[in-house]
Amino acid sequence: MTMETPLARVRGLGAAGAGAHHWWHERLTAIATLLLLVWLAVSLARLPDLGHATLSDWLRGPLAAAPMLLFVVATFWHLKLGLQVIVEDYVHDEGGKLFWIVLTNFAAILAAALALFAVLRIALTGEAG
Amino acid sequence: MHRNPDRPLSPHLTIWKWGPHMLVSILHRVTGAGLAVFGAAVLVWWLLAVADGPDAYAGFTGWATWKWALLFWVPLTWALWQHTLSGVRHFVMDVGAGYELSANKFWANMTILGALLLTALTWAWILWGRGP
Repeated sequence: MTMETPLARVRGLGAAGAGAHHWWHERLTAIATLLLLVWLAVSLARLPDLGHATLSDWLRGPLAAAPMLLFVVATFWHLKLGLQVIVEDYVHDEGGKLFWIVLTNFAAILAAALALFAVLRIALTGEAG
Repeated sequence: MHRNPDRPLSPHLTIWKWGPHMLVSILHRVTGAGLAVFGAAVLVWWLLAVADGPDAYAGFTGWATWKWALLFWVPLTWALWQHTLSGVRHFVMDVGAGYELSANKFWANMTILGALLLTALTWAWILWGRGP
């Protein structure tokens, strides 16, 4: 006779082993990505053209560079969480699942780092507009 | 943790009649994965090209404004709208609303129709409203 509750026996046995924080962060990053995407679309639409000079002048301003950095963080965070859920749902053997989770997470973080580096390079180097 | 292969699996894709809610569910996942790979790749390329200078940026715009690149941009735009609308639908359902069969089906259909309509409007605006 065990005193363990049914909940305690199943806790952590889902495909991911955990979940509430993942689910919650997916929602938070979805809201952030959506708001910043609206900002990006409106900002790009308001530029006179999308040429190199116009874009780099624009991204040199703090009110463009800062939200763009946040956009990159929110987007890639959301994407990393989403891809991980797909792996957890479809890759059933533990070794393969770990491999794909690590691979998609590393790829997402590498791509985010490249994008952040690009924004900072535009914002911090070159002649001020 | 091992899956016991003797455990019965609930009947899955084979026995259910397809409805719009099922289509929207899988479209949300497919468009999300597509955006995560292709959308993210083009975002990184775009930012790196701007950072790299006018020559690199010309390489990007040369590809991006190539007419056959529309076969990339239009599906990507549709995926973005579909994922956004079905994502908003997820938020509504997260608070426990919209599960009544008729409402659920109606809004599932609306995300599909809405995404197609907004994709058409977006491209009408890009091609004829704003100028290239």
